[in-house]
Amino acid sequence: MLSLTIDGKKVEAEAGWTLLDTARQYGIEIPTLCYHEAVEPFGACRLCVVELRQGNASRLVASCVYPAEEGLEVHTASEKVNNVRRWILEMLMSECPASQEIKEMAAQYGVETTRFEINDPEQECILCGLCVRACAQVVGANAISTVGRGAQKEIGSPYLVPGDACVACGTCVTVCPTGAMRARFERVRGVPSVVMARSVK
Amino acid sequence: MQATAKDTTELRLGSLEELEKLRGELRAAEDPDQTRIIVCHGTGCVANGSPGVTQALKDALAAAGEQVEVMPGIKTTGCHGFCSRGPLVIIKPKNIFYQQVKPADAEEIVQQTIVKGETVERLLYKLPQSGEAVETTEDIPFYAGQERVVLKNIGQIDPTKIDDAIRAGAYAGAAKALTTMEPQQVIDEVIKSGLRGRGGAGFPTGVKWNLAAKHQGGQKYVLCNADEGDPGAFMDRSVMEGDPHAVVEGMIIGGYAIGADTGYVYVRAEYPLAIKHLEKALADARALGLLGENILGSGFNFDIRINRGAGAFVCGEETALMRSVEGKVGEPVPRPPYPSDKGLFGKPSVLNNVETWANVSRILDRGADWFASLGTEKSKGTKVFALVGKVNNVGLVEVPMGIKLKDIVMTIGGGVPGSDRFKAVQTGGPSGGCLPWEDAELPVDFDSLIAAGSMMGSGGMIVMDDRDCMVDVAKYFLGFLEEESCGKCFPCRLGVPRLRETLNRFSKGEGTIEDIDDLYSMAEAIKAGSLCALGGTAPNAVLSTLRYFRDEYEAHILEHRCPAGVCKDLITYSIDPEACTGCHACFRACPQNAVSGEKKKPHTIDESLCIRCGMCLESCKFGAVQVQ
Repeated sequence: MLSLTIDGKKVEAEAGWTLLDTARQYGIEIPTLCYHEAVEPFGACRLCVVELRQGNASRLVASCVYPAEEGLEVHTASEKVNNVRRWILEMLMSECPASQEIKEMAAQYGVETTRFEINDPEQECILCGLCVRACAQVVGANAISTVGRGAQKEIGSPYLVPGDACVACGTCVTVCPTGAMRARFERVRGVPSVVMARSVK
Repeated sequence: MQATAKDTTELRLGSLEELEKLRGELRAAEDPDQTRIIVCHGTGCVANGSPGVTQALKDALAAAGEQVEVMPGIKTTGCHGFCSRGPLVIIKPKNIFYQQVKPADAEEIVQQTIVKGETVERLLYKLPQSGEAVETTEDIPFYAGQERVVLKNIGQIDPTKIDDAIRAGAYAGAAKALTTMEPQQVIDEVIKSGLRGRGGAGFPTGVKWNLAAKHQGGQKYVLCNADEGDPGAFMDRSVMEGDPHAVVEGMIIGGYAIGADTGYVYVRAEYPLAIKHLEKALADARALGLLGENILGSGFNFDIRINRGAGAFVCGEETALMRSVEGKVGEPVPRPPYPSDKGLFGKPSVLNNVETWANVSRILDRGADWFASLGTEKSKGTKVFALVGKVNNVGLVEVPMGIKLKDIVMTIGGGVPGSDRFKAVQTGGPSGGCLPWEDAELPVDFDSLIAAGSMMGSGGMIVMDDRDCMVDVAKYFLGFLEEESCGKCFPCRLGVPRLRETLNRFSKGEGTIEDIDDLYSMAEAIKAGSLCALGGTAPNAVLSTLRYFRDEYEAHILEHRCPAGVCKDLITYSIDPEACTGCHACFRACPQNAVSGEKKKPHTIDESLCIRCGMCLESCKFGAVQVQ
């Protein structure tokens, strides 16, 4: 077992646990958006960042991917950590203003409004990629992917054309943290080949 | 097999001795006092027409016929660095330096210099201050102030001929390492040299190798990061184009040191000449037995593959680069695990940049002590910089670490046109920052640059003068990174555009002073929160300009004024009636017909038609056009 401290509390972790695993084992809450137990951690949303301190040195790491190490001093809600979370949430509020989940999470960090311009009031998708990873790692269908780069990035099927690779299992809808996949499902699902086979009979 | 200088096509070198024997014969076959013509065929000079110059020189030599006692060879080489003066022609052995040579000059060069042994005065470089013409490369301040380690063969050898490279010393370091040293000794030598990675972060190269070498056995990889993407940077391209064997040799040494049998060069597809020369170098090295099975009889097997990148800036980040080589989307992944434990295809891997690999070749050839004698205590060796922007001598320079910023820009660079100082020097590419004239005495090394709020980066150095607006510069770099962000992690994807939007407001005079506090806070969150260094360093452009040029930000915000006269929403063009001679130049230059006035009488600008393009300002020879 590895011993470390989280928010001043002595904790023990098994080798192979991440900091998030360890914190959750002890009921210490760390917010996440792109994390899900069913798929490999991705380290993209950065809400789960925690501060590692060693003497005067300090840095932020994503707790969902950072391994628990002997002797670490972890702070899950320091000012540095909360500054990152507040800015991400405020920016998300302008990016995907239709998401109730984001609004609630932001409110927990005292962010009630956003100073940034809203492009699409209907947008819910936060581009965490959970749907893509679930489709690949849980279902094995690889029907969807992130498409494009940076600000142009979106979730879609190949060439943004609905395709038969989607088996309409709904896993992506289930794992989506904001419910955005509900509205997108029709855009990626073609006529599922299973259904085709039945209708021929 | 017998090694002969004339025929290396059938030759396969089986030992260190055979390589050195070949080298000796190649050197003996070349008379150092013989007249030779060297023409720069780097990308810059090629674009300026150097192939035409080479052909014209060949024709002129043929036409001169028997007038020439000993027919000189013409050698085409990689980039000499002095790109703003190209095409360059150098006559050996005296190193007579001709600049901006055109095909029409070829006959005169042959008749005057080759036949009569006289210099062609009008083609010589003239010192900008005195106007005095100087004859040889050594007399030119641009070259005299440099210390060429990585670039030592570039401009001397024909990069497409392995014979030429071997004559200049190529593969001596690799041969020594493979046949006389244990892998750990090689790593220790690199550690002792103090070499730090030239790609940006400056991590000690030997220490990185050690991390990968400690995994015993199994598949490992070495990689060369040739995805040079910083705006204005062309160091790595020039090295690959001008001395590809230096990179190949470095990678052989690295592969031997960590126990890898395969190397990858990840080079952007926009560098076709570099790829061509690398491919030729690999084929030639393979044919000679310097790559492949049982290199030089050492029992070590190693080969290199070239991987073309499609030109994503983020693929210069090591984990994204490895994903791209694997055929996946080029997005960074969190570390740990570090590439030295789980890198390419999940195997221990070492990635170094082009210049680092070239340095490795030199270190193994000449020894760690020699290398450590160059540079400063913590930054050893030299650094290649691409010097661009508002500087007289645009080009590629290599200087010892620790040289003063002023010496690079004002002495080697020949200073700033029309000014005795620079306003700012941007180092480190988009991840770096802008240093002011007050930092002119700053020693240029890894740690000093970071302490000053910038960074070494891969070696871009952009000089700026009073006509460059710092808000606009920061906006440009943020715009670049916004385009190039992979979009995986939220702080970078969402934050960088928001930083740029804030600066956009400033450049329209719409910001408030509170916005600056917000900028600091947001920049801090993006720096600390981003997944990789692209986002982690993206705010540097804002932070460093705010640190040194805060008054310029305040002028935009509080006075709605752009002191440099760049931000279009904040400036007006006018004509000083006292200075205007009515020459009509601005009248003709204006694309909007906004200038009116009769000839020989003062002109005026109609502000409602003016699009603030600055054409009138550039056309005016009397300083009558004013920007406010």
